[in-house]
Amino acid sequence: MTASTIKLDTSPEDHHIAKMAAVALGLSVLEGAIPSPLPGVKPGLANIVTLIVLARYGWRAAVWVSLLRVVAGSLLFGNFLAPGFFLSLSGALFSLLALAASLALPARWFGPVSQSILAAFAHIAGQLLIVFLWLIPHSGVAYLIPVFATAALLFGTANGLIAAHFMDNARDNPAESSS
Amino acid sequence: MNSHEFSRARLQRYLRPGDWLTLSLGAGIIGLMIQTFWQGSQADTVIIRAGGKIFLEAPLARDREIHIPGPLGQTRVLIEKGRVRVATDPSPRQYCVRQGWLSQAGEVAVCLPNEISVELSGGTNRYDSLNY
Repeated sequence: MTASTIKLDTSPEDHHIAKMAAVALGLSVLEGAIPSPLPGVKPGLANIVTLIVLARYGWRAAVWVSLLRVVAGSLLFGNFLAPGFFLSLSGALFSLLALAASLALPARWFGPVSQSILAAFAHIAGQLLIVFLWLIPHSGVAYLIPVFATAALLFGTANGLIAAHFMDNARDNPAESSS
Repeated sequence: MNSHEFSRARLQRYLRPGDWLTLSLGAGIIGLMIQTFWQGSQADTVIIRAGGKIFLEAPLARDREIHIPGPLGQTRVLIEKGRVRVATDPSPRQYCVRQGWLSQAGEVAVCLPNEISVELSGGTNRYDSLNY
């Protein structure tokens, strides 16, 4: 019997995606330690990474990073295929669609902050859809929508500003970002 | 370097004109959501039931006093300034009286021992506390 090795050919792009997904994963875990007043109200720090990846490597890479983060994150938190996982997945998919749409906006006028806010709103829309269609099919859910929307606007703006700051730094010190 | 000027220039770079538009649109949408989801619809009719049957349906707009007979005695209901309350009731624990004024559609006061309920309806009921 001969020992066999499986070698996967990876491109530099794969490495970038893996690195960024790892950073996003780290931020999700970090964020899990922050207490939240209401389940579902979270800063969504990992989306900063998604925004940066979107700006630097494009939408396809952003999809990879975002979905890798959701799946690997659920394995880390132990809720793979549990309701929480589907909430994250649906939120992430809706965000990605919103980000794809946001690419049509003229970059001169709309920056990462707009993208972040749009993605945050899409995220809660995706989550509430799952909540309403599957988990809690009762109109009382509507009562919480303004709370989630307010959180989305605040955190979306904050994350957008942080992403803009990182992109700005990368532009000023290109050597630092190429590592 | 003037740090204040510096941060203002940065903020201007981070927040492009369209971003302000997105921000204010988002805030506007939240305002609309608060209005739609948090404001219970105004009630316009009082439905009083006695022994499970509708005793009286009255508009909220006109102030009046209603006396309803029940197995324990008489229950007095007041309609005043678009609100309604059970003023007096012979039930021992007085839950329906202590509930006070009802003003939004879907609100109900039930005097169970005397088999009388006062319900507000109108527009769309925000929720139905009896059935759900």
